[in-house]
Amino acid sequence: MSPKIERKHPLNALILGLLVSLGLWAAPQDSQAEYADVVINNYADAAGMRPAVFPHWFHRIRFRCKVCHADLGFQFKAGGNQITMAKIIDGQFCGACHNGEVAWSVENCAMCHSGIPGTPTHFHGSTLQRLIAPAYKPLDPKETAGVKYDANNEKNK
Amino acid sequence: MNITARFTALALPALLAGSALLASTPTLAAGAAAAPAVSDANIFNRNLKKTADPNPPPWEDGIHDPENEATHALQPPKEAYAGLPTSTYGNHIDWVKALDDGLIRPRWDRVNSNEEPFVMDLDIVRPVKASMPDVVFPHRQHTEWLFCSNCHPAIFVPQKGANQINMSAILLGQKCGVCHGKVSFPITTASCKKCHSKPKPEGWTPPLSDATLKNPWK
Ligand code: HEC
Ligand code: HEC
Ligand code: HEC
Ligand code: HEC
Ligand code: HEC
Ligand code: HEC
Repeated sequence: MSPKIERKHPLNALILGLLVSLGLWAAPQDSQAEYADVVINNYADAAGMRPAVFPHWFHRIRFRCKVCHADLGFQFKAGGNQITMAKIIDGQFCGACHNGEVAWSVENCAMCHSGIPGTPTHFHGSTLQRLIAPAYKPLDPKETAGVKYDANNEKNK
Repeated sequence: MNITARFTALALPALLAGSALLASTPTLAAGAAAAPAVSDANIFNRNLKKTADPNPPPWEDGIHDPENEATHALQPPKEAYAGLPTSTYGNHIDWVKALDDGLIRPRWDRVNSNEEPFVMDLDIVRPVKASMPDVVFPHRQHTEWLFCSNCHPAIFVPQKGANQINMSAILLGQKCGVCHGKVSFPITTASCKKCHSKPKPEGWTPPLSDATLKNPWK
């Protein structure tokens, strides 16, 4: 079973364009990208490149987590690895594979730099991001000692 | 987010503004003046958001730029997922089963496709005070994918019961939540029992709270 690949209808693109120009699109929480897609945009926007998008689903079909997160040293933190092109062409991070040996080489800029400009670094579809309100955070007893609940306090509104 | 819904959201205030203009003209105002405005906030689901298609192709997913030619050269997830066992959350794929059944063969080494993982079969039971079934942490499924150093000692001290874990920490992305809710299966109604998998003994009831035991109005 191979699903049909549909290109976007021109009218949809028009409406999309309209909405984008009205500033109503682009909020990452409204997108519905594949679970665990990572947008990495520490520096890309500032350098005039589209943000990089890393698809976990695609890579985990080919590699166990261990390869990247133990052997190659990717920290468990979106945007936390300070990845740059200088490091990539030296064989670090994405460059350990995207070197024309294990995977296609680095000159295919737009394959990685495919994000919508302006999208902040984030981890797509995370449980934390999907909660209606922030998860309950246990109060620090030191901070709350002797404090009575005050409904009129701005902080409690 | 679906485009029609956005479009309505956009058009609705405009329509309302239009009718407000009409209502304020002298001829119509006489009859309608006293009618209080009814809030248009009473939609059935204020907070529930349903995703129409959980695995859209990159060019429709809202984070990839459809204006970028190469976006259309990326693989749509559904093309890769055909034939893999499904679930109802996360990628909507049961990755553990896909691996156990040999339907995917992810490498344990960057270049050597024959290297075997270092799998350890050790279950750790974590009793839960609340009514939820106890948590069983299975090392086997984890060491199929991960190395010991991915968890020990940064996330968990390797000693049974030595780690404080609770649901709010997990939901905030700590402990089990470092991965579950990010890449591994997320925390949602249908997935609770994946972790909470050891049923409470027959006849178990939750302990009563002090406020109930000492309730003066009983
Ligand atoms: C294998 C994926 C990949 C490919 C291919 C790739 N990049 Fe990058 N690039 C990244 C990642 C990841 C970052 C980090 C993004 C960030 O934090 O903003 C990055 C960052 C950048 C940056 C900003 C940081 C810096 O190094 O100054 C520029 C500019 C850039 N890339 C240009 C390019 C160009 C030009 C090409 C093609 C010759 C290219 N990239 C190909 C993954 C890639
Ligand atoms: C091909 C390499 C690769 C593989 C394989 C891989 N990851 Fe990642 N992972 C990444 C990259 C890249 C990032 C983003 C790092 C950054 O932005 O600096 C990331 C980020 C993460 C994060 C951080 C989330 C956060 O809180 O920001 C977690 C957790 C994670 N991966 C778990 C996993 C798990 C679990 C697996 C196996 C099922 C896995 N990864 C497989 C490359 C990989
Ligand atoms: C452990 C090796 C490895 C690392 C590290 C790695 N990749 Fe890949 N990547 C691959 C392989 C293998 C492919 C498939 C290549 C092919 O189709 O020929 C791939 C494909 C891709 C694709 C194309 C997916 C598609 O739809 O065809 C993108 C985008 C990508 N990688 C981005 C990245 C980025 C960004 C990073 C760094 C943050 C990265 N990769 C790090 C091995 C890796
Ligand atoms: C996904 C995270 C994860 C990985 C990967 C992992 N462990 Fe653990 N390990 C745990 C957790 C959680 C516990 C339970 C800690 C607790 O109960 O407080 C644990 C407990 C242990 C214990 C203590 C058992 C006891 O009876 O006291 C040992 C020993 C251990 N792990 C060894 C390993 C080794 C060896 C590996 C690699 C082959 C490994 N672990 C991989 C999460 C992990
Ligand atoms: C370092 C990342 C990581 C951490 C931390 C982690 N897990 Fe996992 N877990 C995984 C991965 C990867 C899988 C494979 C399935 C998947 O990706 O959805 C998995 C699978 C499982 C499964 C197997 C489900 C099945 O279908 O058999 C259970 C149960 C589970 N985790 C419970 C836990 C519990 C409980 C904790 C905390 C004590 C925890 N995990 C911490 C990464 C992690
Ligand atoms: C990734 C594994 C995992 C998933 C999924 C999970 N839990 Fe938990 N849960 C735990 C662990 C670990 C604990 C702590 C057990 C202990 O005390 O050691 C816990 C504890 C709890 C507790 C006891 C109170 C507390 O905060 O410690 C409740 C209630 C609970 N979970 C409810 C749920 C519900 C409801 C769901 C589904 C929405 C769920 N859990 C999904 C791992 C999980």
